[in-house]
Amino acid sequence: MQILVDRGKCQSYGNCVVAEPRVFDLDEDGIVKVLVEAPSEELREQVKFAVLDCPARALQLEG
Amino acid sequence: MPAPKRRVVVAGASLAGVRTARALRDRGFDGEVVLVGAEDHLPYDRPPLSKKILAGQVSLDEIQLLSHDEADALDLELRLGCRASALDPARRTLALDTGEQLRYDDLVVATGSAAKMPPGWEAYAGVHVLRTADDALALRSALAGAPRVAVAGGGFIGCEVASTARALGCDVTVIEPLAAPMARVLGDATALDLAGIPLDAGVRLRCGVAVERLEGGERVERVCLTDGSVVPADVVVVGIGARPVTDWLSGSGVAVADGVLCDEHCATSVPGVYAAGDVARWRNPLFGREMRIEHWTNATEQGAFVARTILEGRQTGGYAPVPFVWSDQHGVKLQIAGVPDPSDRGRIVEGSVTERRFVALYEREERLAAVLAVNSPRSMLTYRRRLAQPTAGEAPASGRLAARPSA
Repeated sequence: MQILVDRGKCQSYGNCVVAEPRVFDLDEDGIVKVLVEAPSEELREQVKFAVLDCPARALQLEG
Repeated sequence: MPAPKRRVVVAGASLAGVRTARALRDRGFDGEVVLVGAEDHLPYDRPPLSKKILAGQVSLDEIQLLSHDEADALDLELRLGCRASALDPARRTLALDTGEQLRYDDLVVATGSAAKMPPGWEAYAGVHVLRTADDALALRSALAGAPRVAVAGGGFIGCEVASTARALGCDVTVIEPLAAPMARVLGDATALDLAGIPLDAGVRLRCGVAVERLEGGERVERVCLTDGSVVPADVVVVGIGARPVTDWLSGSGVAVADGVLCDEHCATSVPGVYAAGDVARWRNPLFGREMRIEHWTNATEQGAFVARTILEGRQTGGYAPVPFVWSDQHGVKLQIAGVPDPSDRGRIVEGSVTERRFVALYEREERLAAVLAVNSPRSMLTYRRRLAQPTAGEAPASGRLAARPSA
């Protein structure tokens, strides 16, 4: 499982961080920061939520 | 003959409906999923309608929620351009306006909401609402050539349309019966603090006064206000709220009162029928009050929740989200979490109004009820987490902080 981020699309909504704070955070400028690029399988459901809950469609999940 | 597969029919193909359908497949559901959409367009995302679509910066293709290929890959049956028209719970069928009857085992009501329009106003050319993609494209055409635009209603839609129209060079007047735009949500005091944002962008505000009537010939020409004044306008945008689309449920036994009434698990009064998104009214256990939320984040979260309930049964705790909504106006990001009481004033705890970067807390009896963050997305995260604490509704603010696990 690999997370792809388009930081240019991020609009600082923070829904990804709410969905899974162990994997996502916002940096000082409010732009998404991935804490773990290849999270373990047990986080898949929450990571998928983060991807689908992003209004700006800045996140993708591969694998 | 093999037994027919379990079939989930989702009435409504916008965000809540699409998310329900996706989540059913994500959770391994291998029965049939039928998605019924009233519009001819493929499902699309609504927030860009008042911003980038209206500004002509993106096309409809770029805001699609689901392509034909994705629908095929997920084995979703798309029924676009047809409307749910009646429900027969005894026979477990959904009637469409095409005359067709769809059998269902589980039905999700996700028919959303429709823009309100006062009677008689739409008789004039030049009067617009903004709810659907077609509305947005029609308004976009109307804004070409920098017309004079009057926006009736200073809520989310009105303010965002004003922002986009102003950026397109239009002369814009917002008419809001309360003291300032956004006051219905944020309360007068905080809304007045924010009024400098549209004013600095060159938007005219007419607050504390309502629209009495429109005047014109075939086209609208002016907006007459209750104080006797007149706002000349080539285009009028009506942003006075939305009503849940529930008329088709009348006589079905599904209880409706300004939305489809649901329990804490998003189940309606009729077995096998659930609701999600703008149309659903339920008691949020986290806040201890009834809610009906017309915002993006709720549509996606509630859709996912309903899918899980259909497949796995009732979930501990029920549907208990922290409501969250954002609005982009004149380059300023507003984010609101929780439910502000408009009779309260937000207490600024960070930043300041003058720097257009602040956080205001709405508290009731020392309890945090809501947060407004202006250009402060990182701080908002902290408060969204705090609002999500199950004790948020009970303990005083200090006790709640102490009760949080230390980082």
